[in-house]
Amino acid sequence: MDKNKYKNLVSKHTPKENVLCNGLIAFGVGGLMGVLGQALIDVYSYFLNITTNDAAMLMIVTLVFLGCFLTCLGFFDKLVHFARCGLIIPITGFAHAMMSAALEYRKEGFVTGIGANMFKLAGSVIIFGVVSAYLFGLLRLIIMGG
Amino acid sequence: MTFKYNNVYINDTATITGPYEGKGPLSKYFDKSYDDLYFNTKTWELAEIKLIEESIDILLNKMELTKFDVDVLISGDLLNQIVATNYAASSLGIPLIGIYGACSTSVLGLIIAANMIEAKQVKNAITSTSSHNNAAEKQFRYPVEYGGPKRKTTTFTATGGASAYLSSNKTGIKVESATLGKVVDLGISDVYHMGAVMAPAAAGTIYDHLRETKREIGYYDLILTGDLGIYGKEILKDYMQTEYNIELKNYDDCGSMIYDILNQAVYAGASGPACAPLVTYSYIFNKMKKKNIKRVLLVATGALMNVTMVNTKNSIPAIAHAISLEVE
Repeated sequence: MDKNKYKNLVSKHTPKENVLCNGLIAFGVGGLMGVLGQALIDVYSYFLNITTNDAAMLMIVTLVFLGCFLTCLGFFDKLVHFARCGLIIPITGFAHAMMSAALEYRKEGFVTGIGANMFKLAGSVIIFGVVSAYLFGLLRLIIMGG
Repeated sequence: MTFKYNNVYINDTATITGPYEGKGPLSKYFDKSYDDLYFNTKTWELAEIKLIEESIDILLNKMELTKFDVDVLISGDLLNQIVATNYAASSLGIPLIGIYGACSTSVLGLIIAANMIEAKQVKNAITSTSSHNNAAEKQFRYPVEYGGPKRKTTTFTATGGASAYLSSNKTGIKVESATLGKVVDLGISDVYHMGAVMAPAAAGTIYDHLRETKREIGYYDLILTGDLGIYGKEILKDYMQTEYNIELKNYDDCGSMIYDILNQAVYAGASGPACAPLVTYSYIFNKMKKKNIKRVLLVATGALMNVTMVNTKNSIPAIAHAISLEVE
């Protein structure tokens, strides 16, 4: 059987992913994460009497801590499994990727294990985050003059 | 390439599994199941070494033999440099043939053992295989605690160790014949659809076996593939019909049997070198010993996957080996 014919045979027996359903769950959970983030900013800036910028920083720290903590407790992967991109795209996903790699490799030593592998998944987020920030900054400079 | 055997028997087997398999529908047939995925060790890799060691221990105890009575150990696993096998063998001190056939390793081991016993090069042999879900996830995919979404066609590596003792003593299950498989690559490069990768290899080997032994498909009470999963199973049936005009009757897949697919989060079913022998040595042999089924063709399927090759845009080759098992 040639490769194209086989590809057709395979796709006949391959189930469709529920894109709409997954998208809606991610939209809902992601939206709730946004609400939680905004609530944290409001609470911090109100009670600690700090600027919104400083409160946003504290909000990020809180969410990263939560992502890491729940990963360590061993059930964040199950939440992600349900919420999918709703928890992966926000900063919690970044924390989860870093923490799960750190947990996995901690037994291989601090340098050869955690140090060398902690960014295994999150590394590409940083690289392409920096690259796209640079490109969009450049675009902004060209279009809006800075 | 098909071999015929007159005097080779699988006298006894031993199976040991992790918690997911222990909660599955076949749990009562396994010799031992642990609740702890670390198997009282410190790392996933040490856990997998223990799976091989302990399955051999259980086997030798069952047969009231010691390791000094065993001529050769033929073993393999999924980890790099087959470390589970090598480290287990270093504590056992039995002469070793370390093999790699991905998830087809179990039947490859049985074939090598049967050939050596038939040729009277050795009096007996133990074949072993293991796989560990977390050790495999770590090596081939993502860190265990990472919960990135997976597709429905993804298979779940079974955790377990399985060993078999073969000799020319006429007890247990007769090894009647075996067919070595060829490597097949039909251009699938999707690591989350291993059933599609392996189905053509299984089909090719089943067809070769039937042709070289001049048998009809109905000769066997059961055709059993290793770890195609619930979607791979349908692909194989369709492929056999389209390519060879053979209707697969009395057919099942070990990967679809070991878990409760609807209630356990295992996606398309089980995979891993331990999957085929865990099901065959426990549940299937039990049925054969009760004479509910007499002739079984076990076709262990292996996706010869390498992360670097897949990342550099190559497809995944696959292999399948078949062994014909009988009770009189």
